[in-house]
Amino acid sequence: MAAAATSYAPGPRGRVRRWASGFRKPETWTAYTFLSPWIFGFVVLTAGPMVASLILSFTDYSIISPTHGVGLQNYHDMVHDPKVTGALRNTLIYTVWHVPGVMLVSLGLAMLLARVGERSGGIFRTIFYLPVMTPKVAVGVLFLLLFNGSVGLINRALAVIHVPGPFWTTDPHWVKPGLVIMSLWAVGTNVIIYLAAIKGVPRQLYEAASMDGASNWRRFRDVTLPMISPALFFTFIVLTINSLQTFDEVYTAFFNEGVAGGSSGGPDAARFTVIYLFQEAFVFFHLGYASALAWGLFAIIAVITAVQITVSRRFVYYEANR
Amino acid sequence: MSSSWKRVFLIGMIAAVAAIVAGSVSQHASARSSSSKADTLTIMGFGTGDDVAKSRTAIAVKALGSTNVKNPNGGFNDQQFLAALAGGDPPDLVYIDRQKVGTYAAKGAFVPLTSCVKSEKINTKQYRQAALKEVTYKGKLYGIPEFYSVRTIIANNDVLKESKVKLADLNTKDWKTLKQATKKLVKIEGGKVTRIGFDPKLPEFFPLWAKANGVDIISKDGLHAQLNSPKAIQALQYAVSLINLQGGWGKFKSFRDTFDFFGAGNQYAKDQLGAFPIEDFYYAVLARTSPQVHISALPFRTRKGKPINYETGSAWAIPKGSKNAKDACLWMKTMTKPSTWLVAAKNRAAARKAAHDVYTPLSTANAVADAQIYKTTYTPINKYFDEGVKTVQGVEKYSFYIPASPASAEFKTAWTDAVGRVLAGSQSVKAALNQGQKEAQTAINKAK
Repeated sequence: MAAAATSYAPGPRGRVRRWASGFRKPETWTAYTFLSPWIFGFVVLTAGPMVASLILSFTDYSIISPTHGVGLQNYHDMVHDPKVTGALRNTLIYTVWHVPGVMLVSLGLAMLLARVGERSGGIFRTIFYLPVMTPKVAVGVLFLLLFNGSVGLINRALAVIHVPGPFWTTDPHWVKPGLVIMSLWAVGTNVIIYLAAIKGVPRQLYEAASMDGASNWRRFRDVTLPMISPALFFTFIVLTINSLQTFDEVYTAFFNEGVAGGSSGGPDAARFTVIYLFQEAFVFFHLGYASALAWGLFAIIAVITAVQITVSRRFVYYEANR
Repeated sequence: MSSSWKRVFLIGMIAAVAAIVAGSVSQHASARSSSSKADTLTIMGFGTGDDVAKSRTAIAVKALGSTNVKNPNGGFNDQQFLAALAGGDPPDLVYIDRQKVGTYAAKGAFVPLTSCVKSEKINTKQYRQAALKEVTYKGKLYGIPEFYSVRTIIANNDVLKESKVKLADLNTKDWKTLKQATKKLVKIEGGKVTRIGFDPKLPEFFPLWAKANGVDIISKDGLHAQLNSPKAIQALQYAVSLINLQGGWGKFKSFRDTFDFFGAGNQYAKDQLGAFPIEDFYYAVLARTSPQVHISALPFRTRKGKPINYETGSAWAIPKGSKNAKDACLWMKTMTKPSTWLVAAKNRAAARKAAHDVYTPLSTANAVADAQIYKTTYTPINKYFDEGVKTVQGVEKYSFYIPASPASAEFKTAWTDAVGRVLAGSQSVKAALNQGQKEAQTAINKAK
C-alpha cells in the first residue's frame, strides 16, 4: 500500500513537469489568458509590495532621509516596544469579543430568517445587509453619537430599564466593549452565509430527528450545527483575520483630529495594532519600523489561522470527506 | 491551442506589457517635463479655498505674469507629499501647519529661505516674531507665516451673572479663585453635567497651561523635551483638577461633545458653558451664528498676571527639488504682503455688508497687515464682540510658540497621549508626563 502511494505521489520535479506539460493543452492557455489580469494585479499590487515591505523592514526607510540597513533592529525594537504590547493586547481582546459576538448574532438572525416566508425574508435580508454598505468612517462618527455617555441613544435606552450606562467613549474599560457592540451592527454578510448554509441542510435529517423525538434544541445542536460547520469555520477564520486588522472606524472615532471626539493621540485603550502601525508609518514616517510591525502582525495572523485550522479538524464536518 | 493561437496570445501579452510600460514611462516623462518648465508653479495644500484665499490668489497669479499656477483643492497631506517626494516629483511650494515645518526641515525635505528672502527683498520684520521663530530651525528660516491663531478666554456673561461670579474671578493668574468660580459656574443635575463652568481645554491647551506656569514644554532649540519639569506637572495637575471638580473626564467630555460648536445653538447661546480659552476664529463663528450672545473676552494670564498667547498657524515652504523656487518665492511674498491681505479683507467686508452679515477682521501673521485691516475695514458689531476683537489684538504681542523640532509629530503625540492617560485615569500626572518625556526625548534623539 505504501509502495503504491509512493508511486502515485509525484515529487517536486514531477509536479513542475506535470504543470509544464499542461501547456500542451489549449484549455491551459485559455485559462491563463483569463487569469492574466488577476496574475498581473497580484504580482504588481500584492506580492510586489509585500516583498518590498519585507526588505524595508530591515532598513530605517523614511522616504525623506537616506535609507540604511539596520539588520534586525526594527524587529528587536518591536519586541521591546511597550506600545506594541499594548496595541496587541487591545487587538486580541477586541478579537476575542468581536468574533464570537458577530457569529452568535449572525447565527441567531439567520435562524430567524430561515423560519420566515420567502417574500418577507427577502425584505429582512436587505435590511440586515444595508449596514454592511455603510462606510466605516461613517460608522466611526456614528459610534461617538450613539455611545455618548450623556446623551447617546444607547445610554438613553439603558436608562429606560434603569441601568446607568457607562462612559463608552472616555472610560478606558468601556471603549472596547462599545466598539464590539457597534461592530455587531454590520453582521449582514455573515447572516447571508449562514442562511444559505442552513437552507442547504437536507430536510430529511430534521424529519428523521423529529421522528426520533429530538427537541428543537437537539435538532439545532446535532443537525444544524454540524451541517453548517464549514460555513461557521469559514466565517470564524475570515472574522478573526479582519478583526486583527481593525482600523477605519476606530481611527475615525478616536484618532482623527477632524472628528469631535478625536485627537491625534487617542486613548491607549483604542490603539489597535494597525492604528499604531499607521501612526508609525504615516504620522512619524518610520516606514522601516512600520514594515516590521506589518510582518509581525502577518506572522501572528498566520499562527492563529494555522491553530484554528488544526483545531477545526475535530469540529468541522465535511460531507465530501465522509 | 494551435501554434498560431499561441503566437497571437504571446504577441498580445507582449504588446499589453509594452503598452503599460511605455504608458507609464511617457506619463512620468511628461509629468517631469511639464513640471520642470519654469513657467509652471505647482502648489500643494492650499487650493482655491474661501473668499479670502480667492482674492489673494488672484493677486498672486497676476504677480507671476505668464506662469501657469497649478493649485489643486485640498489641504496638505503628508502621505501625498511623501509619495511625491519619493517619486522625484515634489510640488514647487507647499502650504502647511507651522508646527510641521521643523520636522521636514530637519529631514532635509524643505530648503532654507535665505536666498529667497534676499532675492525677493522680503521684509521679515513685518511678520509676527513668534510665527517667524516657529518656522526657524537651527537658525535658518524655512517658512513664510500666513494666518495667526490667538487664544483668549471667552466668558458667558449671562451664566456668570446667574452664578454670581465676577469676570475678574476668571483670571488664570489666581488659581484658587478660578477654581472657586468654576465650582459656582458648573451645573450637575441628576449626576449629569448640564453646564460646564470653566473648560481648561485639555489636552490641546496643555502647552498654554505649562507656559503660563513658567515653563516651555520643549527647549528653544527644539531638541530637549521638558514635559516632566515640576512646573509642567503642577500646571497639568491644576488643569485636570478643574475637570475633576466638574464631574470628572467621562461626564465632562461626553457633555462637551454634545455642543453645537458651529451652530446657532452653540454652548454660549444655550448657556451650556461658563467660559473657556479658544482660538480667535471663534469670535467670528459666534458673531455670525449667534450675535445676540453676551460674551466677555479675557486674556489668558501667567501666574504673574502677564497676558499670554499660545500662537499657531500655517506657513508657506519650498520643498527640496522644487523646479520653480523663484516663482514659489514670489508667490509667498505676494500672498503675505500687507496690500494683498488688505484687498482680501476689503473684499470680504464688502461681501458681508452686501449680505447683511457680520464681519470680523482677519488675524494674520503679518502685524503691518493686521493694523491696516483693522483700521480700514472694521466697523463695530456690538460692545461684546468689539471688546473681543480688542482683546485679541491686545494679546498678540504676548505670544509664545512651540519651537520647531526634528520630531514634532512624535513630540505632540507624546504629550497628547500623556494628558489623555491622566484624563482617562490610567496614570498619575507625574507618571504620565515622565513617560511622555521619555517617549518624546527618545524620538527627538533619533531624529536629530
